[in-house]
Amino acid sequence: MGKYLKHPLGQSVAILVAAYLLIKFGIVYLPPLVGLASAPVPSSVVLQYMLTVIVGIFVWVSDNEERWSKFKQPMHRVMVDPERKMARGVLLVATPLLVAFVTFDRVRPSVSAPVSFRSIHPAPPGQIDFQGRTMRLTGLENPLRSRGSLDEHYEVGKRIYYQNCLACHGDGLAGLGYYAQGFNPVPLSFQDVGTIAQLTESVVFWRIAKGGPGLPNEGAPWNSAMPAWEDFLSEDDIWAVIVFLYEQTGHSPRTWGDEGEEGGH
Amino acid sequence: MNGARRWPVCLGGIGLVTLLTLVSPDGLLAQEISRSYGDFPLIGSRAAVWIAAQVHLLFAAFVLGVPMFAVVAEAIGIFGKDRKYDKLAKEFTRLLLVAYSATAIWGAVLSFLLVTLYPRLWVYLTQIFAPSMWVYAGLFFLESFTLYLYYYGWDRWAEGRAKMMHWGLGIMLNVFGTIVMFIANSWLTFMMSPPADVTPDTSPDMVQFWSAFANATWMPINIHRMIANVVFGGAIVGAYAAYRFLTAETDEERAHYDWMGYVGNLIAIGALIVLPFAGYYLGREIYEFSPGMGQTLMGGFMSWLWIIQAFLIGVLFLAGNYYLWVGMGRIPGAERFTPYTKYMLVVLVAGVIVWATPHTMIASRAEIAAMGGTYHPFLGVLGVMSAKNTAVNIMILTTFLSFLLYRRANKEPVVEWAKTGTMIQGVLFVVCAGIVIFYGIYGYFVTAIVRIGFSVYQVLAVIATIFSVLAIDIAIGRGAKSRGAIRWGQMPERSQYALFILAVTFTWLMGLMGYARSGIRQHWHVWEVVRDTSEFAATPALGYASQIISVCVLIFFGLVAFIFWVGGLAEKPVLSGVGSEGGD
Repeated sequence: MGKYLKHPLGQSVAILVAAYLLIKFGIVYLPPLVGLASAPVPSSVVLQYMLTVIVGIFVWVSDNEERWSKFKQPMHRVMVDPERKMARGVLLVATPLLVAFVTFDRVRPSVSAPVSFRSIHPAPPGQIDFQGRTMRLTGLENPLRSRGSLDEHYEVGKRIYYQNCLACHGDGLAGLGYYAQGFNPVPLSFQDVGTIAQLTESVVFWRIAKGGPGLPNEGAPWNSAMPAWEDFLSEDDIWAVIVFLYEQTGHSPRTWGDEGEEGGH
Repeated sequence: MNGARRWPVCLGGIGLVTLLTLVSPDGLLAQEISRSYGDFPLIGSRAAVWIAAQVHLLFAAFVLGVPMFAVVAEAIGIFGKDRKYDKLAKEFTRLLLVAYSATAIWGAVLSFLLVTLYPRLWVYLTQIFAPSMWVYAGLFFLESFTLYLYYYGWDRWAEGRAKMMHWGLGIMLNVFGTIVMFIANSWLTFMMSPPADVTPDTSPDMVQFWSAFANATWMPINIHRMIANVVFGGAIVGAYAAYRFLTAETDEERAHYDWMGYVGNLIAIGALIVLPFAGYYLGREIYEFSPGMGQTLMGGFMSWLWIIQAFLIGVLFLAGNYYLWVGMGRIPGAERFTPYTKYMLVVLVAGVIVWATPHTMIASRAEIAAMGGTYHPFLGVLGVMSAKNTAVNIMILTTFLSFLLYRRANKEPVVEWAKTGTMIQGVLFVVCAGIVIFYGIYGYFVTAIVRIGFSVYQVLAVIATIFSVLAIDIAIGRGAKSRGAIRWGQMPERSQYALFILAVTFTWLMGLMGYARSGIRQHWHVWEVVRDTSEFAATPALGYASQIISVCVLIFFGLVAFIFWVGGLAEKPVLSGVGSEGGD
């Protein structure tokens, strides 16, 4: 065993296996050992990571002449050595079988829904029609932050949230409401640094007011089950619930001064 | 042969002028436009214009980028009294002649297609930009003939004052080419970011020329393209050298093209390091102009392109470093450093993994349920800009370290403070990496506006480290003893494929990100002014776009391969004699 691990080919295989185990299982089970949340890695990301590792391995074995020669040697011998006729024959059968199996596995019918290629940040329009009047979103601030008591707005927002949003977005604002698993895509977690923490309050207002039906044509289909809350809530109600979302999660809304510098994926 | 090379340029120029005359304000513009769109068989109007524009742009980028470093190489030859750089500059320029013809032909094709397939838009633009189009045509002629004088006068004006005049021609070639690009950029950036006072009801005759010309995204595009052209030119020159290296028949040829490939790679990777800052400026201006447009670009349906871009740039970093590491095999003394390359490789691979980790993951229904959303609870932290900025800065720093080891490989410093200097360099690297990682982690604990400032600190730390470490290295290397000359030409053939990968990846990236820039106009020819009412108004899907772009890349490289092959048939290479001289 030790002999194989000293050979570049053996080392490459060992690195490949170790990387796969780390990506497939390490990422799932190691972080919880130090108190960090984790979950299984989607197969698309596993594939992406493994491709990167394979490219890295090829760079390593071939950036040095001696290592490259040693790396190729066993493969070369299998391909041309008269004594390796059996191994050659096995490879000749096994390789097409493997390719056939992978192809079959990729194309066989499945009951699961197709993988969605969804973009997560719909682009907000410059202005919207809200309950019969035009609101310009660009530069729009939450009016409640400069009017009355923030604590009162928070309490109003909290009541509205628990009356209307709880079932989907959950008690902890983490997108884990009772109905959450019934939706695809699942409701957003406001605790995540990639959701409301990245957005101005005007964008959050637009998303709440217009819901799934108001999402732009570009990037469709969105499949969002979010109702258009402008049909049920007043403007101040929506602004109050926005105050609650930010105060409760501890995130700060994006300000207009820093538009343009960051983008999420 | 020379005449044959000139005719396409002349054809392109004549075609352009003819078109401009046909649709000048006194001609077609005065008449009623009877139709808005034409039809193109099989692939449709949009794909036809798209392919013509993309291939034209690829050739144009090459012919604008190469003169920049050709003139620098000539200056090194003149002021450093090193003939091999002069010969290298001449060979760079030789590539320009043929590529210039192709640029002109594709420019004419693009113009014809625009006039016949998008007549309403063409007339609209000419009503605003006609004077600049005439100037463009004039400068096009000046640029062409300056290029001919520059190349064909190379051997005649080789000494003394005549040589300086010749170098001046090279500078003028750059000036004309840059102005030509700036003019064309104004047309396309106007389509993205027209002045605020231009509305759908504004008559094009009433649009103020200068406000349309110098619009919000004009200068950011100018700067971004200038740098990108150098990157692209370096990469294509590198690929050309690789092709020549692989087909070389003598050791002298191999040595020359090995060196040329090294210079091309150095130019491409060196300029690539500063390109993200120009891209950042452009992105910022797009957001400033329209937050919705910016959101579409970075976070909306175009955001997947950034993941592809991250992966491809990762490939560029890996290929660039790989080329340097393999190249160490032909440098006496480099064996001291080769054990360290595996650690740098681990850093680069980790950097690529972090940089290309998507925030919103492609996942099946079951996988999304297992993650509790499309954000992964653990890997999600790698999907935001704090992690990505950190990864890319560490990758830049690692690439610079590779270059430094390559540079130092065959040198034996003689200055007394060499050890101390090297230690200071090491400390600078460690401190810089510490700053980058510190701000990367700290960025998770502050608001967006503070976090954005951190990326500036990270970049400044890396740039400052690169300049100071390089300055120390130059001082350490003064009068250094050589452990032996670089054995130019003794490069494994597989290393040359890294140069091909660089060129193809750069080309692909230009097409993909160009689609992103242009596609964010969505269903507008001119953003929120001239609506696209054709059957192709819908923004093309990413899959379709990547197919069209791949076709453009294939056409471009097919033509490049043909042109270089034809060029090689007729002329002998201008060998620099680098193999016998050594050098670095």
